[in-house]
Amino acid sequence: MSALLSVEGLRVDYLTAHAPFTAVRDISFEIRPNEILGLAGESGCGKSTVAYALMRLHKPPALVRKGRILFQGRDVLSFSDKELRAWRWSEVSMVFQSAMNSLNPVMTIFRQFHDMLRAHGPVTRADAMDRTAQMLEMVGISADRMHAHPHQLSGGMRQRVALALALSLQPKLILMDEPTTALDVVVQREILQEVLRLKDKLGFSVLFITHDIALMAQISDRIGIMRAGEIVEIGAAEQIVSAPAHAYTRSLWEAMPTLAPQMEGATHVV
Amino acid sequence: MLSETPILQLDGLSKTFNVRPIFGRATQVEALRNVSLSLHPGRALALVGESGSGKSTVGRMIVGHHRPTAGRILFEGRDIAELTSRADQMRYRQAVQMVFQDPFSALNPAHTIRHHLARALSLHQPEVDPEAALRAILEDVELDPISTPAKFPHELSGGQRQRVNFARALAVKARLIVADEPTSMLDVSIRKSILGLMQRLKAEHGLAILYITHDIATAEYLAEETAVMFRGQVVEQGPTASVVGAPQHGYTRLLRAAVPDPALRLTGSDAGFAAEAQRVRAASVPPVAQMRDVALGHRIAEHAEVTHA
Repeated sequence: MSALLSVEGLRVDYLTAHAPFTAVRDISFEIRPNEILGLAGESGCGKSTVAYALMRLHKPPALVRKGRILFQGRDVLSFSDKELRAWRWSEVSMVFQSAMNSLNPVMTIFRQFHDMLRAHGPVTRADAMDRTAQMLEMVGISADRMHAHPHQLSGGMRQRVALALALSLQPKLILMDEPTTALDVVVQREILQEVLRLKDKLGFSVLFITHDIALMAQISDRIGIMRAGEIVEIGAAEQIVSAPAHAYTRSLWEAMPTLAPQMEGATHVV
Repeated sequence: MLSETPILQLDGLSKTFNVRPIFGRATQVEALRNVSLSLHPGRALALVGESGSGKSTVGRMIVGHHRPTAGRILFEGRDIAELTSRADQMRYRQAVQMVFQDPFSALNPAHTIRHHLARALSLHQPEVDPEAALRAILEDVELDPISTPAKFPHELSGGQRQRVNFARALAVKARLIVADEPTSMLDVSIRKSILGLMQRLKAEHGLAILYITHDIATAEYLAEETAVMFRGQVVEQGPTASVVGAPQHGYTRLLRAAVPDPALRLTGSDAGFAAEAQRVRAASVPPVAQMRDVALGHRIAEHAEVTHA
């Protein structure tokens, strides 16, 4: 299977007053069509920098020093501003950790959809409204909430809105940077099952970034473990869980506070 | 089982906030509804719940940030609302210390660690040699006693800063620590070591710890007792082994089932979880009519109107 996105020898430096700090050290990986690739590591390991660089959202002092990012064979690093604007969101979109920060607090949900749809082609207000309604229903929010402002929605609903926005143009790849870290475990589970359901229905790939490797193991097909800007191990999720090869991966598992097996039956309430 | 009086007892605690936004109507939010809990010296009580469940409000009321709308907070048998003399209030504030979620904002960035701890030591333990006491306290929280005092907060990692916060509670000889999500901003890899530190402080210093968390998985590491809160009410409480190991209330079971388990693959076709979550939430909102015993010391809420499965 050919890769949807391949990253070859990517290096990202942060320029500082002294020597540049290398946040991402010559990493290579690929994301296949319809695949969820997890990227795990501690804070500061460079995992978010990778996501920002992939979408070319990194800003100075961050600098891509070398390497290639190929999206369906096209070189992302050579895109012009215009190409980049068209490419972002229609082919690759992103869901950030805090939906409150990625939604505009003074605009209604509908206006944020309308803005985004207009930026990618002519659309009438009525069509935009239909599309918004359809997308909100798809992530389990009733369509009449499109006239609400972000602060009128709960944290979980805001994250669903962010997901709906990211899916609207049917991109082939969605980058999710700690999409559920600010939410409690029950809502987290609901949203991730929603992502999986939509993936089955629409077909897209996900780069899923989190520090919670147990969560990552539950939804990823393959997992990459990052430390200090390098991918120390990458492999199938089952292998990372049951037979981690790298000592650092094992230490991550050991550090996880996990629940003792439940006493009586039911590991699952449903 | 435990004969001595609890160090802390919450008795029918309720808190209603009046929210008056700049625009729109004033509303009332019932943050806490009739919460009763008790905590003994040398033990830890985990207070578990989702965001907005009222667990942090409990912590803030114990340290006196908010006054109860109804109910009492008893410290060693005395209602803290009756501690009116300055000496009594000082003693209470010394005995009860809070450790916050964000380890950076709790320390003054312009001062060294020595300043943070020496001030507390000189105010509360004026009789001891400050340098020796400083070193002893840093060793107690497993920080390097030689290099740490001269450092500023930004020179320490999140985990080390959180250790300084615990050291500060030790410096004033606290007997009860209210720890509000002390590990949730730390990396997974150091979370366990902070839990280990709290475990040791509890055992060696006889500290009582109220451990406020949304992570039910960490309760098992530290707390003998666990209380689960939902929408301002305690829905289940008892020994941690039994509450976390064999939860009986619908909401606790939901919470327990949602903890990421690497052995359980999630699928998109499983709509059962979301439906169950919705049903359990709706059933857990009505006022608790009574607490029913399900095992020794293990009690679950029975809600008015709707009963849970």
